[in-house]
Amino acid sequence: MSRLLSKMEVDRRLVGLAVVLLIIWVGFDIASGGRFITPRNIFNLSVQTASVAVMACGMVLIIVTRHIDLSVGAVLGVLAMIMGVVQTDFLPQFFDYNHPMTWILTLLIGIGIGALIGGIQGVAVGYLGVPAFIVTLGGLLVWRGAAWWVTQGRTVAPLDHNFILLGGGIEGTIGATWSWIVALLAIVAIIYAAIMERRRRLSFEFPVKPIWAEYTNALIKAGLVLIVIATLNAYHLPTRAAERLLENKGIPVTPENLQISHGIPIPLLIVALVAIILTVVVKRTRFGRYVFAMGGNPQAAELAGINVKRMTVAVFALMGVLCAISAAISSARLQSAGNDLGTLDELRVIAAVVIGGTSLAGGLGTIYGALIGALVMQSLQSGMALLGVDTSLQSIVIGLVLVLAVFSDKYFHRRYSDPTA
Amino acid sequence: MTDPNMTKDPLVEMHDIHVSFGGVKAVDGVSIDLYPGEVVGVLGHNGAGKSTLIKILSGAYQADSGKIIVDGKEAKIENARDARDNNIETIYQNLALADNLDAAQNLFLGREVTDKFGFLDDAAMEHKAREVLHRLNPNFKKFTSPVSALSGGQRQSVAIARALLFEARVLIMDEPCAALGVHETKMVGELIDQLKREGLGILLISHDLHDVFDLSDRLHVMKNGKLVGSVRTEDVTHDDVLGMIILGKMPEHLLHLAGPGATNATGASNGAPNS
Repeated sequence: MSRLLSKMEVDRRLVGLAVVLLIIWVGFDIASGGRFITPRNIFNLSVQTASVAVMACGMVLIIVTRHIDLSVGAVLGVLAMIMGVVQTDFLPQFFDYNHPMTWILTLLIGIGIGALIGGIQGVAVGYLGVPAFIVTLGGLLVWRGAAWWVTQGRTVAPLDHNFILLGGGIEGTIGATWSWIVALLAIVAIIYAAIMERRRRLSFEFPVKPIWAEYTNALIKAGLVLIVIATLNAYHLPTRAAERLLENKGIPVTPENLQISHGIPIPLLIVALVAIILTVVVKRTRFGRYVFAMGGNPQAAELAGINVKRMTVAVFALMGVLCAISAAISSARLQSAGNDLGTLDELRVIAAVVIGGTSLAGGLGTIYGALIGALVMQSLQSGMALLGVDTSLQSIVIGLVLVLAVFSDKYFHRRYSDPTA
Repeated sequence: MTDPNMTKDPLVEMHDIHVSFGGVKAVDGVSIDLYPGEVVGVLGHNGAGKSTLIKILSGAYQADSGKIIVDGKEAKIENARDARDNNIETIYQNLALADNLDAAQNLFLGREVTDKFGFLDDAAMEHKAREVLHRLNPNFKKFTSPVSALSGGQRQSVAIARALLFEARVLIMDEPCAALGVHETKMVGELIDQLKREGLGILLISHDLHDVFDLSDRLHVMKNGKLVGSVRTEDVTHDDVLGMIILGKMPEHLLHLAGPGATNATGASNGAPNS
């Protein structure tokens, strides 16, 4: 089995993680009497995971460079409050309510302030030499306090109509047709990438995977895409919402017409976009290479002429940008911005990243691992909620899982870090 | 002085270098030189000043006074980049490799090859890495493993290949055989021989005579910040050199060969009393 996997050049850790996820899903499905693995629950799971998943992508880079960011939940809170005020109080002075510019400007302002907050913390870490643990622990208090300050604790609602679409919900999806188009594009991209990579390696006469492994890889990836999209499309709008939608469009309400698919929720699209961009950044750009070099040996990175201080600021600023995107997703999902939004998210994000195989010692980690880690965490939480487990017991389980994940990281790291072992 | 190398011009000369740290003279009027295709050992106890001297050449420290002459022209070396611009490369004791990256990624760290869109061209880098590493070490196979999975000798190959990619003409190796096994030490020795044949000048820094004696053509021995003397390895025995390292004295039969600046050589240019 392990020889088969290495022939296919599949990450062993990824397979282990997928198995864990499968066990969790099947376990909850049996325990809940078939209510876990349903289109409805999978759809909700994807929306609930989105906010943590986006931040987890950035946290991978932070932890790879041997730092940590404990302030992400608080930064999410303050950014959600700022964006809430910007779209309800500030921008309506210039535009009509629900003007299409409102959500774009709100998001851009949030991203800008997020980059600034992250950048400030990055300067403290990189240039002033304060350990990231301390800077961001301080940040946790500072930004949570600032979140209260924005409106003196008042919850901001209702939010802009277009902005709310970022959080999923009944209208925040792209529907069946577009979902199939996205699936098709994804599959074309998977095949194109595999062919290009193989061609490139062959042109330099490097060893390549056996051709059957290429086909199996592509087939598995394409199959997964199709299963996910089919599942999301199998979740239909509730009857009342479908009726209203049909009436608005002037289509006769018949039992067949009422079967309207949700399709891909917009937050899931955002996660996919963020993950793809960051994967490309990590694998194919100087920036990504330097992030990993800094994690592997900061001294070597410095000697190679990498500006380690500036890189640190950039990585933290990127984390701030992703916090802004997550803040938009989670406030849009709740259709309001409260100053306690994102509380304890730092733990969920760090747990997701560590479960996803990023080493706390730095230098090692993947974006896709963090995504699956986020899904594992959210599955545990949703599953327990579905079974009616006490929230106090839920916290205990989540806490234990985090410790267990770090332990298994140490254990497996020792066993598998050397491929020749 | 019948060394055939002496007919060529030296690659590098360090002339009358002085450095002090807070009143302590770490390097006190030392002059050394290095010719193309030559391996020169710089020997001395810990604290003899050899590392300080070499760090001046690699740009990590700056001399209080003295001249560095590269290819007959005076060079200003104020940082590692200046050294690199003068084709002087240093391979540090801790190897300065990022353990989590593979050989090609380490070779090109800081000067990656990119395609026309600005993305990393890993295939092209791996291609070039295979070429360079094959030249150094035909047995090198682990191109896709992180360098943490490599043996000490293979890691040295990567570090040296990295210097070669920078088109180094002067290679400074700090304790090149420290922490290496017998077989690995032999491998590094073969690497050094090969680089020498390609016309590079190599400075080996070590506190252990046995590591460098067989590899070197000449030895510069330092003690207490001063040059004890420069000798050709074929003229001396291990015991002679040990005497130079420990006692700081040239062997009797070689006194006439002591280089300029040597502590106890007659007519030494530097007459400062030994502290």
